[in-house]
Amino acid sequence: MELSGGEIVVRALQDEGVELVFGYPGGAVLHIYDALFNQEKIRHILVRHEQGATHAADGYARATGKCGVCLVTSGPGATNAVTGIATAHLDSIPIVILTGQVPVPVIGSDAFQEVDTVGITRPCVKHNFLVKDVHDLAETIRKAFFIATSGRPGPVVVDIPKDVTDPGIKIPYEYPREVKMRSYSPMAKGHLGQIRRAVDAMLAAKRPVIYNGGGVVLGEASAELTELVCTSGFPVTSTLMGLGAYPMTDRQFLGMLGMHGTYEANMAMHECDTLIAIGARFDDRVTGKIEHFCPHAKIIHIDVDPSSISKNVRVDIPIVGQVATVLTDILRLLKEAGRGPDHETLAEWWRQIDAWRGRDCLRYDRGSERIKPQYAVETLYKVTEGDLYLASDVGQHQMFAAQFYPFDKPRRWINSGGLGTMGFGLPAAMGVQLAFPEAQVACISGEASILMCIQEMATCKQYDLPIKVILLNNGYMGMVRQWQEFFYEGRYSHSYVDALPDFVKLAESFGHVGVRVERPGDLEGAMREAFAMRDRLVFLDVVVDPTENVYPMIAAGKGQHEMHLSPERELA
Amino acid sequence: MRHIIAVLLENEAGALSRVAGLFSARGYNIESLTVAPTEDPTLSRMTLVTTGSDEIVEQIKKQLNKLIDVVKLFDLTEGVHIEREMMMIKVKARGDDREELKRLVDIFRAKIIDVTETSYVVELTGSSSKLDAFVEAVPEGRIIEVVRSGPTGISRGEKGLTIS
Repeated sequence: MELSGGEIVVRALQDEGVELVFGYPGGAVLHIYDALFNQEKIRHILVRHEQGATHAADGYARATGKCGVCLVTSGPGATNAVTGIATAHLDSIPIVILTGQVPVPVIGSDAFQEVDTVGITRPCVKHNFLVKDVHDLAETIRKAFFIATSGRPGPVVVDIPKDVTDPGIKIPYEYPREVKMRSYSPMAKGHLGQIRRAVDAMLAAKRPVIYNGGGVVLGEASAELTELVCTSGFPVTSTLMGLGAYPMTDRQFLGMLGMHGTYEANMAMHECDTLIAIGARFDDRVTGKIEHFCPHAKIIHIDVDPSSISKNVRVDIPIVGQVATVLTDILRLLKEAGRGPDHETLAEWWRQIDAWRGRDCLRYDRGSERIKPQYAVETLYKVTEGDLYLASDVGQHQMFAAQFYPFDKPRRWINSGGLGTMGFGLPAAMGVQLAFPEAQVACISGEASILMCIQEMATCKQYDLPIKVILLNNGYMGMVRQWQEFFYEGRYSHSYVDALPDFVKLAESFGHVGVRVERPGDLEGAMREAFAMRDRLVFLDVVVDPTENVYPMIAAGKGQHEMHLSPERELA
Repeated sequence: MRHIIAVLLENEAGALSRVAGLFSARGYNIESLTVAPTEDPTLSRMTLVTTGSDEIVEQIKKQLNKLIDVVKLFDLTEGVHIEREMMMIKVKARGDDREELKRLVDIFRAKIIDVTETSYVVELTGSSSKLDAFVEAVPEGRIIEVVRSGPTGISRGEKGLTIS
């Protein structure tokens, strides 16, 4: 079979099993778009901005575990995609981004819509390629998918000059089934000796804590983690990225840890003698001041990426391998040991944890006449009965959602944790809704974040995506305002979002349903009505208390035990 | 501590910039970096000299290994090894200086590889400190130009850094 470069791209995506491509056409990718025109296997979703394409592919990947795919043109198409690529990179999300490039002979001549895409994206991808010869195209695309989805996943850019996709040049096509790369072979199995040491440490632990990260979700190891937590009886806390890997409604779950984590999770971290970190990367939002991080703990760290180990915090027992495989080995060895950790010691540890839990660190004013953002998230949970894919933007609403919406399954909580990209939520929700057309999908956002990718409301209309946008509208960039209140003596420098649009009319102008809610008593009814409209995007503009802050809070540079609780809590 | 790391990497466009970019993005020190193809034209060998605490050097090696284009690497400072750097130095050579510089070249077992009525180009190979010593020894005001390759290295003994 002889195919042109453009046809090879499309055919390779089909052979890769790609269902959805998020893209935006332009000069350098016209040949590829022409090849897309005459086929039905791949569905192309036309976004309204390339950033939206990358976030949508990313949301699709987070919710399904499959590789997301985008197709954008050269120059501004590629640069617009960079924020989304960096977002995926920091959260290790597998996406393949195909970018058009000017023809090979004019590369480097500052041609129209030319940028050095490989150079610009190099620091924010797992890997990237420039394909200069059509004969390399199929194999390079295969490699891109292999690299994106294996080991520690991540985004891979394939930059394709226009002449490489020339319809006039046809070559024999064969899609390689396997790729072998001498320079890339991710570790699968963990070192058994190290795993034995870890099991011994776990059996000897007096005050253990399991700290799971996004790697458990990415590595499909929820079942193994859950079994480990249940059989060991250990408490478990999670990073923002790992929420849902272990059922958050379970008693053994201590809540999220870190800067806005629960009192019990952070205190347990601070006082533990054995820390079992699984697929987590000791991010600064988790550790606080490194010198004060888990000062008494022997640290076990399981991760597929060797460079994650001892990067920020020195680890006593490192285990490099796929999280699911390593946990399976640990579970087997625990069974073989025929005994668990000492029951009475563990019970004492739990008594201590329950005392911390008794502080009720997430309590807020439920009697308020204004809608509290926490109440809005709790109502969302109640109305959706926990069965929801929730994509989030970035800021206070993101933290409130993480604190107040307990996910019992992985891949339900879709948020930009590492890069903290405002504008992520809506396009990510599109990716999720397209992957699961029948599922309930919501985007929780703020009036500042939502405007960063508001143009995707048009995409939602074109493809009839019945996403529910829950806008917690407090008139401020809430998290910025909170920091200015705490650390800049209330000088709210440029954090007030003046001249907001009328979101109801805005939603309507895009062809959707818009509803404004101002009183706590109206909220549940409005949400129920919104979710009852199964075939419409409903934009709920929820006016919340502008002065509410996210508590608990560990200020940057403080230790885990130096948390601020809400003013009511500190007095209590 | 100073480390000299030998890296085998795919001889592909952009591989070098990935390594250089890694060092600048993560704020690692880089004292020198040399790279050239090996006997296998698909592979380049890079020698890079860096300094840092044990933890940082460990991270540098892990991050280098994580680059898809890096096939294999070895920290030469972990074992006995030979280190060589090449220098060409252009000096003013007039009158009495000509004899003195010639003597210096002999002492350092260097070579004069270009001569004019007013200048020499001297070639010298050795450890970096030997090259430093030569530069120090040249009488003040005589140096026109110094070009150094940066150190390269190889381990002693039969074992080598190869992909087979």
